[in-house]
Amino acid sequence: MAPGTSGDLTGHASVLTATGVRRQFGASTVLAGVRLNIAPGEVVALLGGSGSGKSTLLRVLAGLDQEATGQIVLRGTTAVVFQEHRLLPWKRVADNVALGLSGPDVTDRVARALAEVGLAERHRAWPAELSGGQAQRVAVARALIREPDLLLLDEPFGALDALTRLRMQGLLRRLRAEHGFAALLVTHDVDEALLLADRLLVLEHGVIAEELAVPLGPTRTPDDPAFGALRRRLLDRLGVPT
Amino acid sequence: MTRATVIPPAPVAAPAVAPGVSRRPGRTQAWRRLTTPVLLVAGWELAARSGLLAPEKLPAPSTVLATGWRLTRDGTLLTHLLDSLTRAGTGLLIGGGLALLLGAVAGLLRIGDDLVDPPVQMARMLPHLGLVPLLIIWVGIGESLKVSLVALGAFFPLYFNTYAGIRDIDERLVEAARTCGLGPVARLRHVVLPGALPALFLGLRLAIGAAWLSLVVGEQVNAQTGIGFLMMEAREFSQTDVVVLGLLVYALLGLLSDVAIRTVERRTLAWRRGLRAT
Repeated sequence: MAPGTSGDLTGHASVLTATGVRRQFGASTVLAGVRLNIAPGEVVALLGGSGSGKSTLLRVLAGLDQEATGQIVLRGTTAVVFQEHRLLPWKRVADNVALGLSGPDVTDRVARALAEVGLAERHRAWPAELSGGQAQRVAVARALIREPDLLLLDEPFGALDALTRLRMQGLLRRLRAEHGFAALLVTHDVDEALLLADRLLVLEHGVIAEELAVPLGPTRTPDDPAFGALRRRLLDRLGVPT
Repeated sequence: MTRATVIPPAPVAAPAVAPGVSRRPGRTQAWRRLTTPVLLVAGWELAARSGLLAPEKLPAPSTVLATGWRLTRDGTLLTHLLDSLTRAGTGLLIGGGLALLLGAVAGLLRIGDDLVDPPVQMARMLPHLGLVPLLIIWVGIGESLKVSLVALGAFFPLYFNTYAGIRDIDERLVEAARTCGLGPVARLRHVVLPGALPALFLGLRLAIGAAWLSLVVGEQVNAQTGIGFLMMEAREFSQTDVVVLGLLVYALLGLLSDVAIRTVERRTLAWRRGLRAT
């Protein structure tokens, strides 16, 4: 299945429309007809238990899974940030960010993207010299420089320590406010989902089982009573006693 | 008078060695490591001078060096050396080129793996130096025999390391490159080739080692030139000093080629020493 770039222009201009996405691994059906819509500039968090197919769905949407079926209409470009940074160890930071780009202004764009994630002075470093958080910030810069309309994030901060994770969540919020990209955030962290997303989806038994708007302001904090209420509801839905 | 607290000097610790950084032996240690080789050569020299070693069995190191100097000055050594180097180079180019090509085909393509790898795995079990009688029947006892032997020797280590180097590349990096919009050719250039490079260097070093070994054996079959010929001819006239000199030249060739490859490797794979190379 190849993601198309044109769709019915009469519908609302979603950056991503997916219908009937199915994926089987042998006898087990991981995705059983997923429907998904993401509006321009909207951040959608995809929650679900471990093994529920969250990452599989993201890989399908990123065009990395050739064996899935269904229809995906993409209006615009995507970039992916994985759980591991996946930087090429044999390229310096700047060359990793510039991977696949060409043109006379690439150097400037790389410098700007690295400055945005706070690593302007590390452009000559090898990936092996970076801490986990720094490497993940470079991976974010590598995605950002492509000016994606949709950013696909596969548990991007899952491998980081708690403090670094908080900083990265703040960084992502800032970048989103500046660039206005839409994002699909796969996560198993309910707090992260509530902090970052406009809408939550729960993937269960291969379909989107629950959809939940997050009516919190842009400067939300976990201390907010509304945040706590949503959090309890969500944990309830995910079957975690609170 | 104010009295400052006296802080005892920190114990002089050995300089911290970062992981992955080769430890340079201290000067004393370097000298100590030189002692045994120097003593051995000195003992050899002494034994030869005193007549304990018969000169036709093993001449003194100084005699070997003198012979080396004599053969260098009259150009004999250089002529034979060049012939040997040509054979090694030609064989390495043919065997190594074929190994890179077939290793890449088998490593990159499923169909290549199915068609190329099984026969190569089977042929690997044949000791290639044992093929000399068959090769003589096939290609004669001339230059082609020497070059074929070198090519055969160089082929296998480079093939296996090319294959393994490509197979061991992290699939996740290839995927990340795809999401950055890299097509198949760009992925080969930016991900597969640099990712396989450490294995390629290892294969090349092993291939060169095998090439020298094959050359030594090949040059003992009816050679008219080359270091091996020099040695075989000297043996007939009991010129043991020339035989030992030939061995020394072979050893030096192996050592020099290894050092050269290691130097290129260190420069090319600077990213592996990440912590030191900024």
